[in-house]
Amino acid sequence: MYGRLPIAKMLAATVVMTAAISAVMLSINWDGQEASTAAPKIDDLLNVMIVLSSLVFSLVIVALFYALWKFKAKPGDESDGEPIHGNTKLEIAWTVIPTIIVLFGAGYSWSVLSDIEKLDKNPLTVDVFSQQYAWSFGYPGKGNAYVQGEMHVPLNRQIQFKMHAQDVIHSFWVPEWRIKKDNVPGITTTAIVTPDKLGTYQLICTELCGFGHASMRAKVVVETPANFQKWVSGLEEKVPAPLAESINQDTETNPTPINAGGA
Amino acid sequence: MTAAIKHPGWIRGALGAILGAAFGFALVVALRKASGLPAYQTEQTGYPQVVVPLITGPLGFLLGFGCFDYWLRWAAGMPTIPEDHSQHGAKSWKDYFHFNTDHKVIGIQYICTTFFFFFVGGLMAMLIRAELAQPGTQIVDAATYNSLFSTHAVLMIFVFVIPVFAGIANYVLPLMIGAPDMAFPRLNALSFWMLPLAGLLFIGSFLAPGGAFDAGWTGYAPLSTGAPLGQSFFNLGVQFAGASSIATALNFLVTIITMRAPGMTFWRMPLLVWANLSTSLLVVAATPFIAGVQFMVLFDRALHTNFFQFAGGGDVVSYQHIFWFYSHPAVYIMMLPGFGIISEVISTHARKPIFGYRLMALALIGIVVLSYSVWAHHMFVAGMFSWLRVPMMITTLLIAVPTGIKIFSWIGTLYFGKIHTYSTAMLFALAFIVTFTIGGISGVMLGMVPIDIHVSDTYFIVAHIHFVLFGGSVFTIFAGIYHWFPKITGRMYDEKLGRVHFWGTLFGTWVTFIPMHWVGMDGMPRRVADYATQFGNWNLLISCGAFILGAIQLVFLYNMIVSWRFGPKAEGNPWRANSIEWLVSSPPPIYNFPEIPRVVGGPYEYGVPGARHAIMPGESVEAPKAEPTVVGSA
Repeated sequence: MYGRLPIAKMLAATVVMTAAISAVMLSINWDGQEASTAAPKIDDLLNVMIVLSSLVFSLVIVALFYALWKFKAKPGDESDGEPIHGNTKLEIAWTVIPTIIVLFGAGYSWSVLSDIEKLDKNPLTVDVFSQQYAWSFGYPGKGNAYVQGEMHVPLNRQIQFKMHAQDVIHSFWVPEWRIKKDNVPGITTTAIVTPDKLGTYQLICTELCGFGHASMRAKVVVETPANFQKWVSGLEEKVPAPLAESINQDTETNPTPINAGGA
Repeated sequence: MTAAIKHPGWIRGALGAILGAAFGFALVVALRKASGLPAYQTEQTGYPQVVVPLITGPLGFLLGFGCFDYWLRWAAGMPTIPEDHSQHGAKSWKDYFHFNTDHKVIGIQYICTTFFFFFVGGLMAMLIRAELAQPGTQIVDAATYNSLFSTHAVLMIFVFVIPVFAGIANYVLPLMIGAPDMAFPRLNALSFWMLPLAGLLFIGSFLAPGGAFDAGWTGYAPLSTGAPLGQSFFNLGVQFAGASSIATALNFLVTIITMRAPGMTFWRMPLLVWANLSTSLLVVAATPFIAGVQFMVLFDRALHTNFFQFAGGGDVVSYQHIFWFYSHPAVYIMMLPGFGIISEVISTHARKPIFGYRLMALALIGIVVLSYSVWAHHMFVAGMFSWLRVPMMITTLLIAVPTGIKIFSWIGTLYFGKIHTYSTAMLFALAFIVTFTIGGISGVMLGMVPIDIHVSDTYFIVAHIHFVLFGGSVFTIFAGIYHWFPKITGRMYDEKLGRVHFWGTLFGTWVTFIPMHWVGMDGMPRRVADYATQFGNWNLLISCGAFILGAIQLVFLYNMIVSWRFGPKAEGNPWRANSIEWLVSSPPPIYNFPEIPRVVGGPYEYGVPGARHAIMPGESVEAPKAEPTVVGSA
């Protein structure tokens, strides 16, 4: 027996600290505006993780600072501590409990992932072309209409982006949609988004692609299906031959569609 | 002069470098002429007349400097110069600038060289933060900016964090296990001398036409395969740093396995030794992958092979698979030795045995095994086959378990101890627990595919890597340097200045890297020279934090240099520690031990009545007590 620890008080302190940190952290809108059906699901996952992380962090802080306060050596005390080498039960606990927590996180993430990547019956396909340092877009369902630097998509319809890079790797990110995917030379990569808020957003390149990387942006407009139809039929350009060829030459990343088996 | 040329040293080394470079240059020109090509090729990725001398020049230097003398004489059937250890030890500072096979000299050479690169890389960080303090372009253009952050990362990773741990272990580990030196002293010296060459190649790339390499430290193809000449400097620098790393790891493995003092069973090894054993297992198996992949990039650039050129049938994503198959384990190569340091420091200053010693050692091995199965978590949005994401997510999250075990065990070690916080090493160790926990938490979040899809390649990643590499690895490095400073130099450092350095570093780390999480989640991508004005104020705060962090490192530099020269003399064992390196004088005798010590117990038997870790030669030999069994706390 080496004296008792005030376990109940320490746990109480941990709970209070967890609650306080979580309250502050959850009141902050970390990821910014949510503008796709995937966004709230990802943000919910993040919020659950914030609470779990606050718990782990509080546990570490309370345990650490209690020890520093309680077991700090008095000045001039040159004696040693108690020769405790371990505690098998405690060691098993702090191996098993974190395992359960992370496996829960993995399961939850997996279910969110399957959910946000579920393919609708009738998605609108948009071809995304990236090259140093510009974006352009093709609408294969709309007579291969083509536009540079500005993309319009209809509200509340699932969009399947098919991405093609012409030179180096670029990455497609619209923060409000929470969706990102690399555009890789030689293969077609796919991302699925259902925008659910009207507005104008920014498409940001997030994979270093050269000196123009920071300014490689495009405008994204989410509008009503009627307005979108009007806009897309007003486009005069068609997808230029070299880009159309790159679509044909690219190989599919996943020979079967994403989530074959329909998870 | 003739004597200087005949004997290994700087003059013969310089001559070797010049001759080597000239030979490489002549070889390229002659072969090109013979093939009917123009003598020079100045296509941006090519420049064989520069690339080949970049290989032969450094090799010529190593030859001239004397790194191969013994082996060459042996191979040529000449009488080898008998190794009488007369060149062991360093009598003046000049001796550190010569080829020396003494592990203690090599340890100091490593530490000083790597800290030189730490300060160079740190200056680059200051330039980066100065540019980012305001939106828009102020002091460097976008291309130079790309070179700066690429070189910053490469210097910090390849010639600071990874080798400084090799340096600390080089000095401490043989003493700790009761060995007179490393298993292969000549290989050890060769490993060290490859390192400054790697660093010089990285920095020298600023002189290349087109500027220094600018494809990030990750050097993703095809950006790297088409980049200007500077990229080839990176490809080759990695070869020298990698070869140095691999040779050192082999050396550690053999030393640890074969040269432990009698009685030092595996379960009596200090955790720093366990940590270096695990790290070395990672290095020998993983580092060849980055060496290989950088050769493939170099071949794509200079020989027009098609490993990663999609137009020629290459596979772009495979670069990332091979790269991360090394570079994720590399994260643990940069962390496990630090774990070892923290265990030594905390146990010593809490006057307590390590809580759950065996589980701590097993956790290290668990991390080694798991770390080979998580690489693709860097590629969740890279366009690889999507089925690989979930298995990699699960292994990635599971690796938090052995890491958590270590955190909990360090805290457990503090309980019922007598915690002394007078040493700056202990302050860094305690702060490490907190900052590394935050880095670990953001790592778990990044491991979750849906969150990673959003924050991948944003400032959230920058925040995470700096929390684990600066708040993690660099804190452990500082802890290690302060802890063994008295042992290495024989003098005490100034604790007051140490405290100033500690609090400044802690404050600077938090102010710099905490806000980065937020700007990343809110939409600021990484690796950008310019950003949206909405992030202006946050970036100004981050830059201020970074300047504090940078400035406070000068206090450290001053403390180290002045204390080394003028500090009060250190006793053999100023921290009253148990492991063998503290049982010899400070600095240790030239051959470590007149006679090999005998190990009779565990390394952390604080508070166990009558327990001993080792019996030094000349001590009266008592019958060793039975090793105490694991005692429960309740």
